[in-house]
Amino acid sequence: MRKPPIRWHILVFLAPAVLVYTAIMIIPLFNTLRLALFDEVDRTRVFVGLDNFRTLFGDPLWSDAFWNALGNNFWFFLIHMLVQNPIGILLAAILSHPRLRFAALYRTAIFVPTILSFVIVGFAWKLILSPIWGIAPGMMDAVGLDAFFLPWLGLEGTALTTLALISVWQFVGIPMMLIYAALLSIPEEILEAGECDGITGAAAFWKIKLPLILPSIGIISILTFVGNFNAFDLIYAAQGALAGPNYSTDILGTFMYRTFFGFQLQLGDPHMGSAIASAMFAIILIGVCIYLFGIQTRMRRYQF
Amino acid sequence: MNKARRNPVNIAAAHGILILYTVIALFPVFVILINSFKTRRAIFREPLALPDADSFSTVGYETVFNQGDFFGYFQNSMIVTVASLFFILLFGAMAAFALSEYRFKGNTLMGLYLALGIMIPIRIGTVAILELMVDTGLVNTLWALILVYTAQGLPLAVFILSEFMRQVSDDLKNAGRIDGLSEYTIFFRLVLPLVRPAMATVAVFNMIPIWNDLWFPLILAPAEATKTLTLGSQVFIGQFVTDWNAVLSALGMAILPVMVLYVIFSRQLIRGITSGAVK
Repeated sequence: MRKPPIRWHILVFLAPAVLVYTAIMIIPLFNTLRLALFDEVDRTRVFVGLDNFRTLFGDPLWSDAFWNALGNNFWFFLIHMLVQNPIGILLAAILSHPRLRFAALYRTAIFVPTILSFVIVGFAWKLILSPIWGIAPGMMDAVGLDAFFLPWLGLEGTALTTLALISVWQFVGIPMMLIYAALLSIPEEILEAGECDGITGAAAFWKIKLPLILPSIGIISILTFVGNFNAFDLIYAAQGALAGPNYSTDILGTFMYRTFFGFQLQLGDPHMGSAIASAMFAIILIGVCIYLFGIQTRMRRYQF
Repeated sequence: MNKARRNPVNIAAAHGILILYTVIALFPVFVILINSFKTRRAIFREPLALPDADSFSTVGYETVFNQGDFFGYFQNSMIVTVASLFFILLFGAMAAFALSEYRFKGNTLMGLYLALGIMIPIRIGTVAILELMVDTGLVNTLWALILVYTAQGLPLAVFILSEFMRQVSDDLKNAGRIDGLSEYTIFFRLVLPLVRPAMATVAVFNMIPIWNDLWFPLILAPAEATKTLTLGSQVFIGQFVTDWNAVLSALGMAILPVMVLYVIFSRQLIRGITSGAVK
């Protein structure tokens, strides 16, 4: 048997992407996981095994902050799932209505917040909700709700929920677009068959369309999950690295940033930072696995 | 057609909900933009009024231009975004072509390896990325950001582009081979022009997150000379918290270029998202 010649062009085509991806993404990812097993003693790096994780989960000084950030992160995610996705589905369902006028205009306008940076979004809402400027209290006054105004971003009890809702405001365009695309791909015959059986309007949505777009809702959920568990920018822009008031808006991203980069009096610690990054990696991996093996494979897909 | 689908009450309710949400979506942007052109007194006295002859003022923008190097920040953001998109598209398309065109050992495995990065955020590896950039002396250069964004964008680019390249007709490529074209010419001359729509989709998908990212500029390139517009406005606003004119104008400065880009690319972006590129 003759050995086939090496096809160099395949190598040339693949090399740049594989090299950049491996060097900047994969190797640092594993290096970070490895760094979590080291610590710095007398300016040299020593292997300490799982000590960093013992500190992170066992030392009250660290574990309180970690569980606080993790709990906040879950609340942040829950608000997104409960508010962002239903609003996105509702808007998409309305937009996909045949012969709705100005649909393109609405679509473009509602997507605007999604293209803005977290810095703009964070500060804009901070100003609008600020009691000093008085836009929010003034508007609530106009509808007779002024008694309910609170400086929401400044109170421990409400700051995280407010930030989550701001993030929902920013990102509602993404589920809207994806669901909209899924709804448009449902063939007309199916809906007409339903109409012949007397299923129209809201019933058609619940009984025909919703089951058909479930896979898209699954994808949106996992995208939201991954996005939320490495979120950082909005909290940093609006509340700073200390995630105030009193760490009540601290999520894993800000906690990791403070730990590894240092902030004010706290010195940066790359090894504890790596330990937190490893924990985030594990959480995201578990979420993705639950989605891939638990949800996606069980979902019924319909072929048209 | 059925009557229920054309019920005027339903149509009115649909428009009502959409208009309400459009107002919610645009109101904060609108408030920021109109107030950035007002005097300090007018900002506080009538925050919702449009600037008129009396209250019009550009004092905020003057502060922004005098105190912050917004032109430099904008230039940095432009360089980083354009260069990253160029490398994502070039390298991504090359890899996608290799994966979709040739059968070789480890093809599927390579595809899976490159797809890993779609779900795993690159931020997890930040600690080691910073060490790598410090070791190679790339910290506080725009190259650090370009490399990171290229690596971040490649997985999805390869995935989307190889889906599209599978649809390019084999006859065309084989005709090229018979005419004696090299594999490189076939790729650059025949295949790339045909997948241009998919390349545009990948570009708009990547453009917004790269332009808006705060995390990597903050960690890898925080020096004054390499600040991107996002980081520059964050730092600037942090310093001028009490100067409302300056803060509002800085926000306006940050919003305007994105809005211009959005107006140019919105059709492409929305078509890209709705064409089912993300399945």
